[in-house]
Amino acid sequence: MIPAGFEYHRPADLASAIGLLQDHGDEARVVAGGHSLIPMMKLRMTDLGHLVDLQDIGELRGIAIGAGHVTIGAMTSQHDLIADDRLAAVLPIIREASLQIADPQVRYMGTIGGNVANGDPGNDMPGLMQCLNASYDLAGPDGTRQVAARGFYQAAYFTAREDDEILTRIVIPVPAAGTGHAYVKQKRKIGDYATAAAAVLVGTTSASVAMTNLSDTPVWSEAAGKALAAGDTEGCVAAILAAIDPQEDMRGPVEFKRHVAAVVLRRAIDSALARRT
Amino acid sequence: MNDQSNTPEDRSTRLKGMGCSRKRVEDVRFTQGKGNYVDDIRMDGMLFGDFVRSPYAHARVVSIDSAAAMKVPGVLAVITAKELEPLGLHWMPTLAGDKQMVLADGKVLFQGQEVAFVVATDRYAASDGVAAVEVEYDELPVVVDPFKALEPDAPVLREDLAGQTTGAHGPRRHHNHIFTWEVGDKEATEAVLAGADVVAEEMVYYHRTHPSPLETCGCVASMDKVNGKLTVWGTFQAPHAVRTVASLISGIAEHNIRIISPDIGGGFGNKVGVYPGYICAIVASIVTGKPVKWVESRMDNLMATAFARDYWMKGRIAATKAGKITGLWCHTTADHGGFDACADPSKFPAGFMNICTGSYDIPVAYLAVDGVYTNKAPGGVAYRCSFRVTEAAYFIERMIEVLAIRLGMDAAELRRINFIRKDQFPYQSALGWEYDSGDYHTAWDKALKAVGYDALRAEQAQRLADFKAGKTRRLIGIGLAHFTEIVGAGPVKNCDILGLGMFDSCEIRIHPTGSAIARLGTISQGQGHATTFAQIIASEIGIPADDITLEEGDTDTAPYGLGTYGSRSTPVAGAATAMAARKIRAKAQMIAAYLLEVHDDDVEFDVDRFAVKGAPERFKTMKEIAFAAYNQAIPGLEPGLEAVSYYDPPNMTYPFGAYICVMEIDVDTGEHEIRMFYALDDCGTRINPMIIEGQVHGGATEGYAIAMGQEIAYDEMGNHKTATLMDFFIPTSWETPHYTTDHTVTPSPHHPIGAKGVGESPNVGSVPAFSNAVHDAFRPFGLVHSHMPHDHWRVWKIARDLGLHG
Ligand SMILES: Cc1cc2nc3c(=O)[nH]c(=O)nc-3n(C[C@H](O)[C@H](O)[C@H](O)COP(=O)(O)OP(=O)(O)OC[C@H]3O[C@@H](n4cnc5c(N)ncnc54)[C@H](O)[C@@H]3O)c2cc1C
Repeated sequence: MIPAGFEYHRPADLASAIGLLQDHGDEARVVAGGHSLIPMMKLRMTDLGHLVDLQDIGELRGIAIGAGHVTIGAMTSQHDLIADDRLAAVLPIIREASLQIADPQVRYMGTIGGNVANGDPGNDMPGLMQCLNASYDLAGPDGTRQVAARGFYQAAYFTAREDDEILTRIVIPVPAAGTGHAYVKQKRKIGDYATAAAAVLVGTTSASVAMTNLSDTPVWSEAAGKALAAGDTEGCVAAILAAIDPQEDMRGPVEFKRHVAAVVLRRAIDSALARRT
Repeated sequence: MNDQSNTPEDRSTRLKGMGCSRKRVEDVRFTQGKGNYVDDIRMDGMLFGDFVRSPYAHARVVSIDSAAAMKVPGVLAVITAKELEPLGLHWMPTLAGDKQMVLADGKVLFQGQEVAFVVATDRYAASDGVAAVEVEYDELPVVVDPFKALEPDAPVLREDLAGQTTGAHGPRRHHNHIFTWEVGDKEATEAVLAGADVVAEEMVYYHRTHPSPLETCGCVASMDKVNGKLTVWGTFQAPHAVRTVASLISGIAEHNIRIISPDIGGGFGNKVGVYPGYICAIVASIVTGKPVKWVESRMDNLMATAFARDYWMKGRIAATKAGKITGLWCHTTADHGGFDACADPSKFPAGFMNICTGSYDIPVAYLAVDGVYTNKAPGGVAYRCSFRVTEAAYFIERMIEVLAIRLGMDAAELRRINFIRKDQFPYQSALGWEYDSGDYHTAWDKALKAVGYDALRAEQAQRLADFKAGKTRRLIGIGLAHFTEIVGAGPVKNCDILGLGMFDSCEIRIHPTGSAIARLGTISQGQGHATTFAQIIASEIGIPADDITLEEGDTDTAPYGLGTYGSRSTPVAGAATAMAARKIRAKAQMIAAYLLEVHDDDVEFDVDRFAVKGAPERFKTMKEIAFAAYNQAIPGLEPGLEAVSYYDPPNMTYPFGAYICVMEIDVDTGEHEIRMFYALDDCGTRINPMIIEGQVHGGATEGYAIAMGQEIAYDEMGNHKTATLMDFFIPTSWETPHYTTDHTVTPSPHHPIGAKGVGESPNVGSVPAFSNAVHDAFRPFGLVHSHMPHDHWRVWKIARDLGLHG
């Protein structure tokens, strides 16, 4: 379990980091918490010449709660998301979901930016961000652009981010007061990725639903949200079942995953409705 | 010190002898990270070795090109079978009488098989070297199913055995067949089955899993070319046997080999066998003259070193209408992988599978086991059990449940009416064992009462009614198990490994000031030997356990023994410890009598001293006696106070227990929650109750993992699907159930202190308890049997197949 050799860089500002990515092209990759990337390097599934560590770039860290939006720096750890009471007050679903990711050791290291940029269908944050209609700030050589989470994921490990772009911030609109929320995840044990997970927001006139690890990208379905907003739970479930495309793995066969996806979603809906005020 | 003011009870308490929950002396260093494991060993100039492993399950090795690897900075050598062949080390004998490739000799038989050994100055260079070795393979058809492996046109796996119609255990009837082992009376059993009121039949599969100890396997081999001495530090559960085997296969004289097992981070059978890594590290050290370290990664461990179980057990059990069992028949198909590398006593190719009559008085029985080669990793070790006892216990405890269903009986009652009665011990089993002692009815009744069995059944019935009424989606399962183990291998007359009798040993030296060192032929891997064996000595000779150092694992200093596995340490080495202590006590008695100026028979042992009979105020403490042994010339006695005992047990010991699991099952997701797990163990005399409890917690947690999710799985192509801890289930504290422990005490009549061994009981007993709970939850809907592991999707599938998803 030893990675191939690589060059380690630790820039102190964003511009230098982007410069390093430009210099080394696809030979370079940024590392945040390292808890997705380093296992892949140790398995020698990812072979890199240059690793650009983002941890000294202070501007990438922190949580700002604004009137209509919450802004989270990419290098904010999952632990910090859980610990922040102001964040929990406006977006309680983030704490609920984060507590179901991995274990405390991983969450001290793993960052929200790494989790959403990684592109692994097993990651919980991408589905959650789609449910919340978040957008990502991507900084590159030509400046910064914003991409909606709902348009970011193309296939497993393929995203709208260019190789020389760094995801700097995540901007999340604060849901209307009284919106009910739930993040429900079935997994085999602590530290496992989801067999199926559902993120649900339901207000009085709108709803949003996204699923995790049931396709090669997170699955957000507009139709599912509309059905739920109209009070049609089964219509919502049917729309999700039409959108997911799970694969068999050690967690179980496709038929099982489809069944569990529906069960998990119904439970999330029940819980979100119960919390709606 | 005024000794007389102390009651014998006070003095006894101070000894911290048998029965005391003395804190584990090992934990001071383990909990501070100060253990000394193989990977902690660092030596000047030490090199590292790592394997190139096969990506294929069955393939010809066309060529191995090391040129690029040799150019990697730091890489010193790439060893292949070609280099080992002149030394006769490209193959090695297995403990099961088969042979195994050390490095791929023309072909590979399982994914992860060792193909080449790269030696480098550090592990980073070794790893880069491994990546640079180019191997060309020619894929061959793969067979991972043992039944398909026995079909006439199945691919030939072991071409080296072509034409060999006899193996180490008798005739081979097919090119992938290893042995057939038969025990019991086939004809009589089949006659009983033919005429029985009721016969229940089932195929019970105990899936392939892995001991997966926290510390993986590894070694450091160091050949000292000046004095010709080879020292090997390794994760060895049987260091003395390793020395002998190493001498036999290398030709190095046994006195020139020193094997040291340092601290070991769990073994569970995984560290009994001899692995290619040991041989390659030794050869590399001999060639380079430098110490060479080899340590497995977690993936290496899960893919290549010994797995456990993988037994397909077809059973038939006959009974009267009233539920009295009249006969048991079992045919097992044993999947051994590419080589037969089980670690069983030589005469038992399927271990003690013939304990499969369990705790029941079954008048006639028959067992046949067929060993089969497949394209999977070799092994078949006793994962925290005594040589297939776990398979046997799972088999009979499932068959009892299946029979209860056929009879429409409560499974607790069915067990009760079939238990061997207390007055039947020693009991001769139909498959050839003499159970030394037991009191199953007492244990069973105590267990049922402790859990409130009748109330649980009532609650379960209510839940079922609620489920049927649509009020809940959760069912309750009550899992019962009563297991009987057979441990402490074993009597030299029928137990040996590679011809080495399975006795064990202890040597005790009392120092002049009354403290002591004891050395044993066993080796702790976390069991707490340094704690418990000192307690045996403390009680036997009356010096405080805290004043006794215990040492194991260095073949240059410890007496010869067969090591630690199969719960044999307390039954065999523990007995040797008591016997050695008694030799010392006998000499101490003579010294005391001399000092007190009375006849030997006029003094008696009193906790920590010898006192004149009838005059307890006239005594010599063991401390005084020890000093006298070193500074007085005592007529007729040699100076010194030490003894050694080699103990050949007259019989095995038969620990038993009653385990009950209450489980809630979510029918829609297949998830479960363990509401209660009650474990009653009878391991005879209890040396350290706290350690027993710890062993029960650990073993039951392994059992929980195995029953509820842990497996080694392969796809049709022989690709290993569970080589990381993401997919190979090891519970965290979150998943681990809460345990309630209890006990009865039925001492072994033939063991010097009546102890039976407990380390493995909880793994043996808990697997059927967990599995039976799952089955019990679905019994009202017609489930008879469903294979483990009962992970979410398989439990979900039970519910779906029974139509419970609407
Ligand atoms: C045992 C275990 C269990 C886990 N279980 C879960 C789970 O249940 N759910 C879950 O969601 N996750 C899980 N994870 C993953 C964990 O949450 C990771 O930490 C997270 O996915 C990645 O965050 P990171 O900061 O560690 O990213 P890294 O591993 O450092 O990076 C991941 C990828 O994202 C890229 N990247 C990182 N930051 C940026 C950035 N700012 N801009 C552009 N690209 C970037 C990297 O180049 C890399 O390709 C688990 C991890 C482990 C080890």
